[in-house]
Amino acid sequence: MAKSEESAAGAALLQVDDLQVEFVTRDGVARAVNGVSYSVGAGETLAVLGESGSGKSVTAQAVMGILDMPPGRITGGRVLYRGQDLLTMPEEQRRRIRGRKIAMIFQDALSALNPVFSVGWQLGEVFRVHEGMSKKDSLRRAVELMDRVRIPAAAQRVNDYPHQFSGGMRQRIMIAMALALEPDLIIADEPTTALDVTVQAQVMDLLAELQAEYNMGLILITHDLGVVADVADKIAVMYAGRIVETAPVHELYAGPAHPYTKGLLRSIPRLDQKGQDLYAIKGLPPSLLHIPDGCAFNPRCERAADRCRAELPLLQAVLDEDGADLPGRRSACHFWKETLHG
Amino acid sequence: MGRYLLRRLGQMIVVLLGATLILFACLFVIPGDPVGSLAGSERSRDPAVVEQLHKRYGLDKPLIVQYGTYVNKLVHGDMGEDYTQRRPVAEILGPKLVNTSKLAIAAIVFDAVIGAGVGALAALKRYSLWDTVVTLITTILVGFPTFVIGMLMLNLFAVQLKWVPVIGDPSDPVQVVLPAITLAIIDAALVARLMRGTMLEVLRADYVKTAIAKGVPRRQVLLKHVMRNSVIPVVTYIGISFGSLLGGAIITETIFNWDGIGMAMSTAIQQQNNPIVVGVATWGVAIFVLLNLVVDLLYAMLDPRIRLS
Ligand SMILES: Nc1ncnc2c1ncn2[C@@H]1O[C@H](COP(=O)(O)OP(=O)(O)OP(=O)(O)O)[C@@H](O)[C@H]1O
Ligand code: SF4
Ligand SMILES: [Mg+2]
Repeated sequence: MAKSEESAAGAALLQVDDLQVEFVTRDGVARAVNGVSYSVGAGETLAVLGESGSGKSVTAQAVMGILDMPPGRITGGRVLYRGQDLLTMPEEQRRRIRGRKIAMIFQDALSALNPVFSVGWQLGEVFRVHEGMSKKDSLRRAVELMDRVRIPAAAQRVNDYPHQFSGGMRQRIMIAMALALEPDLIIADEPTTALDVTVQAQVMDLLAELQAEYNMGLILITHDLGVVADVADKIAVMYAGRIVETAPVHELYAGPAHPYTKGLLRSIPRLDQKGQDLYAIKGLPPSLLHIPDGCAFNPRCERAADRCRAELPLLQAVLDEDGADLPGRRSACHFWKETLHG
Repeated sequence: MGRYLLRRLGQMIVVLLGATLILFACLFVIPGDPVGSLAGSERSRDPAVVEQLHKRYGLDKPLIVQYGTYVNKLVHGDMGEDYTQRRPVAEILGPKLVNTSKLAIAAIVFDAVIGAGVGALAALKRYSLWDTVVTLITTILVGFPTFVIGMLMLNLFAVQLKWVPVIGDPSDPVQVVLPAITLAIIDAALVARLMRGTMLEVLRADYVKTAIAKGVPRRQVLLKHVMRNSVIPVVTYIGISFGSLLGGAIITETIFNWDGIGMAMSTAIQQQNNPIVVGVATWGVAIFVLLNLVVDLLYAMLDPRIRLS
């Protein structure tokens, strides 16, 4: 299932390149994204992992063009959609891509849907805005979409308001809205976090199924490593606004090349661990106002050495024990070799 | 819905009865003989005439009987007769109510259009010079009493600039502007601040991000998604501030010599012309409770999460 780095890059739908975002706050400048690069191809799923505050959402918002500016500002980098830089293109051109070519699914559908318009109106808006469809036709398409994401009695419920639906149904409506114009790429920012555990799997399955059907690229933002294993092709792990490790999903699970990833994997609850205390990485993520020198992870890292406090580790190729390049694998750790092989 | 309206109507009647009863009680305990002066100056009064006047106006009866008579007449569309002109109250107040309505409607339009518009622009251009000026001016205005604003306006535009006559003519649509602004401006400042605050909040809402992410053009995002949510508290505020608007009308009309029910009220209070006082209050309360219902219905219409019950 995992595609090689080369084929993915060749067909890259979206390529984020050295993106930098900061927020000017009362207390200083919070450097939320510090040179993030990733790419997604058609039909490919990239999972972006990381603790709260690591910059996953801010990166996605910068791609989507929905950052709060101010206080946010993009201080560097490019966001290439089919080779065109979204950050420098005229707003009108970019708007035509939003919703039509790149769509987004938000974490909390209740707050992401407008409370004063019916779901049919909001679903139909995509067609009215991008295709100049009439109100009546757009409503008909809205019912089709609701059917498509398996909302029962869609025709009767199309004029209902968001608060009249259950959490799971609302998230299906968000998915339907993102899917409306069959975009090339969907960015899903923690699409199941706000849902009941029982509903989470259903919604995730639906999303994966539709993605496969339309051969869309998918950026799946989550801090739930459990969800990722089943659906993702590759993973990017973020820490303090940087990507610290990338890898094809199964290789990452089999052998992380960064102590932070290792810690994340160890903190997944497992059945055979029942009764034991759950492992947690010690300490807290750094304040983005004062990111530690050297490796941002060093105050929490069990392997940290002097070098880690002085020198910023760059994302570098990861090699296997014979010294051959492992495609798609990168780690931003001075001691990736020891972490992976040691 | 039908049951809701019926219940609201019942509540309105109770409020109306309660308010007028309280007013009756207040007028009853105010010292002085409201009709005595009709029988001449205090010294030359013929007690027989005074007694007859009391009889004619039912003032010889106990409070509760007077009130009962009033209510009974009211449901038959009769608001009684005033003391000075001895004409039906409804006939006296009718044209004045029209004049006040002109003023009130102009004031509400001013609140809604200028107040909300200024606030919306301040929110859209946050931290700009405009925003700062709006914040400053509205902060100052909110602290001003209506009568001071009225005096200043009258002095500037009628006395100094002579743009309008000192005594307002309600039939001239231009002349409604000054008293209407006087009546509205404090509320307009409050509306502007409310609108600014609400809109800043709405602009940050997730659903606005959703709309932008959908590729909705900015103009439409603002006009549909943002506006539709931002006006909800403003509509509610304008509705509930109607009571204080009526209070302000008494002051404004007196300052501008605007021949409305507010001025009639203030004259009537001085002359102890109680039927007029009661008449104005009855209409005022009736309009107020009716408007409250309209606002609640409007609120439910604007915000589908609100259930009427
Ligand atoms: N509107 C904003 N104003 C100021 N700072 C912001 C804003 N949005 C994000 N940030 C900053 O950016 C940092 C990264 O936020 P982001 O939402 O990307 O985290 P995340 O990785 O998505 O975390 P989570 O898992 O909690 O969603 C936050 O810690 C915060 O300091
Ligand atoms: S660079 Fe050093 S501190 Fe950072 S993760 Fe690697 S070992 Fe730990
Ligand atoms: Mg997030």
